[in-house]
Amino acid sequence: MNGLLNWIDARFPLTDTWNKHIAEYYAPKNFNFFYFFGSLAMLVLVLQIVTGVFLTMHYKPDIELAFASVEHIMRDVPGGWFIRYMHSTGASMFFIVVYLHMFRGLIYGSFKGPRELVWLIGMLIYLALMAEAFMGYMLPWGQMSFWGAQVIINLFNTIPYVGEIVSQTIRGDFVISDPTLNRFFAFHVIAVPLILVGLVFVHIVALHQVGSNNPDGVDIKQHKDENGIPLDGIPFHPYYTVKDIVGVVGFFIVFFAILFFMPEGGGYFLEYPNFEPANPLKTPEHIAPVWYFTPFYTVLRAVPDPFLGTLAMFAAIAVLFVLPWLDKNPIKSIRYRNKAHYINLVWFCVAFVVLGVLGVKAVTPFLGELGIRCTQVYFLFFAVTHAHSRPMKVNYVVWFAVLFGITIIWDLTRYADLSGESVAIFWQLLTVPFVYLLSTLILPMFVSSFNKEKEVPTRVTG
Amino acid sequence: MADTGVDKKRRRFLIGATSAVGAVGVGAIAVPFIGSLTPSARALAAGAPVEVDIDKVEAGQLIRVIWRGKPVWVVNRTDEMLTALPTVNPKLKDPTSLASIQPEYATNENRSRKDQYLIMVGICTHLGCSPTYRPEVAAADLGADWVGGFYCPCHGSRFDLAGRVIKGSPAGTNMTVPPHYYKTDSLIRIGEDGVAA
Amino acid sequence: MKLKSLKLLLATLTLGLATAFPVANAAGSSVELKDAQVDLDNKLSMARGAKYYANYCMGCHSLKFSRYNRVATDLGLDDESIKSIIFTRDEDDVMSKSGSLMISAIPSKDAANWFGTAPPDLSLVARSRKSGDWIYSYLTSFYKDDSRPFGVNNLVFENVGMPHVLQELQGMQELEVHDDGHGHVTKTLKLAEPGKMSVGEFDQLAKDLTNFLVYVGEPAQLHRTYYGILTLLFLFVFFIVAYLLKKEFWKDIH
Repeated sequence: MNGLLNWIDARFPLTDTWNKHIAEYYAPKNFNFFYFFGSLAMLVLVLQIVTGVFLTMHYKPDIELAFASVEHIMRDVPGGWFIRYMHSTGASMFFIVVYLHMFRGLIYGSFKGPRELVWLIGMLIYLALMAEAFMGYMLPWGQMSFWGAQVIINLFNTIPYVGEIVSQTIRGDFVISDPTLNRFFAFHVIAVPLILVGLVFVHIVALHQVGSNNPDGVDIKQHKDENGIPLDGIPFHPYYTVKDIVGVVGFFIVFFAILFFMPEGGGYFLEYPNFEPANPLKTPEHIAPVWYFTPFYTVLRAVPDPFLGTLAMFAAIAVLFVLPWLDKNPIKSIRYRNKAHYINLVWFCVAFVVLGVLGVKAVTPFLGELGIRCTQVYFLFFAVTHAHSRPMKVNYVVWFAVLFGITIIWDLTRYADLSGESVAIFWQLLTVPFVYLLSTLILPMFVSSFNKEKEVPTRVTG
Repeated sequence: MADTGVDKKRRRFLIGATSAVGAVGVGAIAVPFIGSLTPSARALAAGAPVEVDIDKVEAGQLIRVIWRGKPVWVVNRTDEMLTALPTVNPKLKDPTSLASIQPEYATNENRSRKDQYLIMVGICTHLGCSPTYRPEVAAADLGADWVGGFYCPCHGSRFDLAGRVIKGSPAGTNMTVPPHYYKTDSLIRIGEDGVAA
Repeated sequence: MKLKSLKLLLATLTLGLATAFPVANAAGSSVELKDAQVDLDNKLSMARGAKYYANYCMGCHSLKFSRYNRVATDLGLDDESIKSIIFTRDEDDVMSKSGSLMISAIPSKDAANWFGTAPPDLSLVARSRKSGDWIYSYLTSFYKDDSRPFGVNNLVFENVGMPHVLQELQGMQELEVHDDGHGHVTKTLKLAEPGKMSVGEFDQLAKDLTNFLVYVGEPAQLHRTYYGILTLLFLFVFFIVAYLLKKEFWKDIH
């Protein structure tokens, strides 16, 4: 055994790699619940790839055969339904895990220096994941596959001058048809997974270069023992491997409970109209994207102009990329930031979830206005975050005036078009951005306890 | 790490237990994945036994049916054809079908369950072509001593009317007889041995 | 700012999302659907449903993703009774085999000519309509309407292009519209001329057909929950062992 290991080590850095990334990778000892989701995301990626390979053996990327081949998998292939449900449930679980992983990064400031690159690569993974999920959702060739893709691809139509050409190039046709399905299949099973795996690899290498953050946001490398080992660090193996096994089993309990008892996820994971084959002549009565896209879909709908709406949607994702350069506050963890920052984050999460809920609902005047207001909060969050970078020196009044002013300017552009009931709703919901800015910018000015930051300990706690 | 105060026995046991339970889990989840590689219900349906009504097959006639994607012949052999069979024996590579594939109940000179009907997979044992049916005696292109049989157009293998290969052919063994049985006197089920004959 | 409050926030948000906003009904009908009391443990009911389906529905509506022998095995039908529901012929014009897909007897082009639209395949109707309730309500909601080509209309599926195939059994219902004078209109159906079956018998027939179609929508569901329970039991054991292992190792960490 040892001989073999030596033989390999002379030719490939097996022991070195194992030590560097697992056995002698020192992670902070105070990881909490939210630190499960990184390894879980990797687990789901592996599950998706394995189940995907097996599905590819039976699936047919042809508009005449695709729908039937999925049903063939569900009925005729031994164990096929299980593999298919693993893949469909896995898709939604992937986003749940990734959203929690990003939320963790947000509250503990993991995106801040020196981990900016880790965050950027992570955002690229998120983008690739959205592309992967979108193209995968088209493959069953059901009604939602078709009409969802129709709506999304038509977004590119809104680009001035070249929109038509761009969307035709994406489809390979004037409508969504066989060439579209065939190329989406190629991207979904080969191109994007390769990119994803590559990005995940780079994400981890970059992380291990700078070391993991932790719920206290303190740098464990500041305090090392005589051997150069961080005092608050513990080797990833065995401590976090045994801990992650617990996390994995816990995750599987949720995963398989959904898979076996509610594989449709209440109509969110597998939408009911998608059990009808794609019919280009008949639009379903209610088109909603799959749940993980709905927050951005609501942002899209919040802006009436099609092209600006599309831009707003992409901006909502793009702005996350620059977060490390917007939040310049040296304190990483929410534990030691001021209360105003905490309130700001709560607003952001609530706005994001409400945007998501609105995305599956049909638009009413009230819900439409609420979508616009939550979109405003979503974007204002990033500006407010920047204002909170130096809470003791910032001029809150100016920030409040400028941000509320911008909100009003946006509102002025649309106020003229409102009538009747909508006007009342407009004024009613103007309170949302107003109270938001009040609670995050004015409150800390008057109530000093809301502005006071705590002292960051030099070592991790608990 | 420091080994002081560590209950090594307990640790070893827990590592073993977790590994064992984990291995069971991996094994269990592998079942549907490996299962998905086995023939699907569609393949099984396509490979299901087929039933042939032989009432309408005239004397000396050959009909073809498809079983598992392969041609299966049913030949209603006349008495003359059957009496001619033993005369070919000296020219055969494997007259008693010892080296060939057929069910036990068809391991006889006529290679059939009932003398009259030949049920055979219509594939040459050389390279998989389907031979042609040449029942005519002394056919011009097959020689004066031809008493009827099958001729493979690909490489010239010759078989008699029991599917036995004639010496000088590239094929090495007799043609294959599939499992079959008589459900009624006029109905054959191909693909199953049925109740012991 | 504690972990607990964050988790609480997350949990509240997710729960709120899942419970407060059920997905819009795909059927999109304004009529309230009746509870079909779908029972997938009742194999006799599903088997009766299969026979009714073969007799009354399959002339036009295929179940083209389903196979005869699978239905037979799942519902406990023997070889002979499954043969009795095979009426169709395969492409090469031989009688469908027991492993064949359950295609319908009429070519869809002809059907499109007769009914104005091709009768849809119903393999997945229970899934695309979200549950069996729609099927059950639809089957029991035909009523007399002389303005329609076939003389009938349907409460659940307005102006449906399908004749009342089960009229012989159910009889004919008539629509009664009640207006309470405040703009609130309720529509109810009343049996005008009885059919061969009593009301109770026909209701059971509709439920049998519904049970069968719910089963056909996803044959795997007959066994799915069983595997689910086994899996979860196993995972709970795994969780305990893994947790003990983790605790044992983390004794080192102070």
